[in-house]
Amino acid sequence: MTFRIHVPSDTTAKARGADRIARLIEIVAEEHKVDVEVRRNGTRGLYWIEPLVEVDTEAGRYGFGPVKEGDIESLFAAEFWKGDVEHALALGLVEEIPYLKRQERFTFARLGITNPVSLEDYQANDGFKGLENAIKLSSQQIVDAVKESGLRGRGGAAFPTGIKWQTVLDVESPKNQKYIVCNADEGDSGTFADRLVMECDPYMLIEGMTIAGLAVGATQGYIYCRSEYPLSIENLNLAIKTAYENNLLGADILCSGNHFDLEVRMGAGAYICGEETSLLESLEGKRGLVRAKPPLPAIVGLFGQPTVVNNVLSLAAVPFIMDKGAKAYADVGVGRSRGTLPFQVAGNVKFGGLVELAFGPTLNELMFEFGGGTRNGRPLRAVQVGGPLGAYLHEGQWDTPLGYEEFSQKDAVLGHGGVVMFDDTVDMSEQARFSMEFCVAESCGKCTPCRIGSTRGVEVIDRIREGKNVDANMELLSDLCETMLDGSLCAMGGMTPFPVQSAMKHFTEDFVKNAVSATQAKEV
Amino acid sequence: MTTSKAVAWEPVTAQAIIDELKSKPGALLPILHAIQDRFSYVPEEAVSLIAQALKLTRAEVHGVISFYHHFRTHQPGRHVVEICRAEACQAQGSRALESHVKATLGVDYHQTTADRNITLEPVYCLGNCSCGPSIRVGDDIHADVDATRFDELVEGLKTDRVEIL
Repeated sequence: MTFRIHVPSDTTAKARGADRIARLIEIVAEEHKVDVEVRRNGTRGLYWIEPLVEVDTEAGRYGFGPVKEGDIESLFAAEFWKGDVEHALALGLVEEIPYLKRQERFTFARLGITNPVSLEDYQANDGFKGLENAIKLSSQQIVDAVKESGLRGRGGAAFPTGIKWQTVLDVESPKNQKYIVCNADEGDSGTFADRLVMECDPYMLIEGMTIAGLAVGATQGYIYCRSEYPLSIENLNLAIKTAYENNLLGADILCSGNHFDLEVRMGAGAYICGEETSLLESLEGKRGLVRAKPPLPAIVGLFGQPTVVNNVLSLAAVPFIMDKGAKAYADVGVGRSRGTLPFQVAGNVKFGGLVELAFGPTLNELMFEFGGGTRNGRPLRAVQVGGPLGAYLHEGQWDTPLGYEEFSQKDAVLGHGGVVMFDDTVDMSEQARFSMEFCVAESCGKCTPCRIGSTRGVEVIDRIREGKNVDANMELLSDLCETMLDGSLCAMGGMTPFPVQSAMKHFTEDFVKNAVSATQAKEV
Repeated sequence: MTTSKAVAWEPVTAQAIIDELKSKPGALLPILHAIQDRFSYVPEEAVSLIAQALKLTRAEVHGVISFYHHFRTHQPGRHVVEICRAEACQAQGSRALESHVKATLGVDYHQTTADRNITLEPVYCLGNCSCGPSIRVGDDIHADVDATRFDELVEGLKTDRVEIL
């Protein structure tokens, strides 16, 4: 009898040694004369137990993790391939692990279950059902379904996806060419959900983009993926090739006569290209300078044509909506935040990983009930939600429900759902300085407040940190933040002040501490 | 980005790469990537070839190259090591790692060790944010990197590794 063993293959699992574990299991199995088939799955997204080795049994998949090289012999001694055995790393049935069981995996239903590039696995797990349904509908009916689902842009701006699609559907293209562009430039620190879609379930993105193409009448799609994600690009290209070979892309999708072509384009290490107009410039082969809006990309987008620009997670939510129905998606959530958001719990966290939940639970629940607090056990002090342009939240704000409006009421952003936790050793003036420094490195340079203001910001914060004229410099920094907020075209300059201002407001002590000691020094 | 496989500058090869890609819409980035993948950097000589093929000025091509952090105009060391500087890694101790790396290698960012073995670059997020600090060596990403782990990795880069398994 052949025992089937799954070893994950996403970037984090590999970074923690999964490839070597997979190979060692094969070698040791041969030595022990155990007939095993090692398959590579994606990842469940439960990163503290990676590499998580799973074995198929009639009762379901049993898990062992985190498996290190030195554990292989003892796993074989325990006959781990039987599943329900005694071993220090035994985790029981994987789907019963509370961290996983308590999630609502709508978008990530297949995560870690399938082999990422296996079309057979994808189709056996509801893959392409959404496209099959969509193909029977008119463009308007697809757009209506997306509107009904309440889906909002998952890249962070939270603009209703259906309305964006309606605009592109309604506008005429001068060259009879509309585009679907997937923003896969996931540059926010603390986020990896886009990467998980592309590495572990790439057909889902292909399906979502094809449905978007049918919805607005676009025949060409581009996935703009950052160069920091080599495995995403590799798996997407493999999946696209297979999709073409099986009439799931190309001139005659599912023999319906519908046409959709798809290509992956690689970014080149510019954070600003995650801004949609900068991304379009980059796709056109130019420097990623931000464009003024209007015109909206929906009307004048890529190569001047009407273009849907959607984040990976927005497009990845579409197959579920078209398969299970808009209502099934809209039924969960809070307020105007409908459906689920795959949160990413990162930074100094004990149980980090992907947590897909319906909007509504509090940040505290996410960080403690899922995350288990900090990795090193020190008290949690600050949390940055929504990437490098998101505000730092202090303890008094951690009871905020996870929803777009709920966060903006607290002068914070939910963004792409990345949660970065910091313990009490963090120096918030240093974090504020980094926000400005990051803007110096990544500003496209078009708007003066962003280009020059960020450099001045670093200098002013340095003076504050040195204890020089702290009160006056704090005022100057506040002023500078306002100028950047009001005087920048896009979120780079317009939101860099968020983490700075929140740090100044809620963690003032970190800015003034040297001023106090300077005064004391004078008094002495 | 493992540069050890890269070949020396060869105009004929470069022209073939350019000719293959130049008719793509927005061909400049795909061409620059292909050139850098092949030669490990974008040599000055490539700029005029690209400009000619795409009917751009050399200044326009240069402007694009210099805009993007990924493209480089000088040959890097045999290995490119990127240290994640972003917030999630900071929360897990990347600032200490950063100092250790610079001290150990004796170089700052964008510099190459005297033996031409390692070029050090910063990177802002590798998407490995729950298991940092993260670094990238070539196309391989490493998790939970502390000073000891880094030293082991560097030791491994001094000689070409032979895969035993």
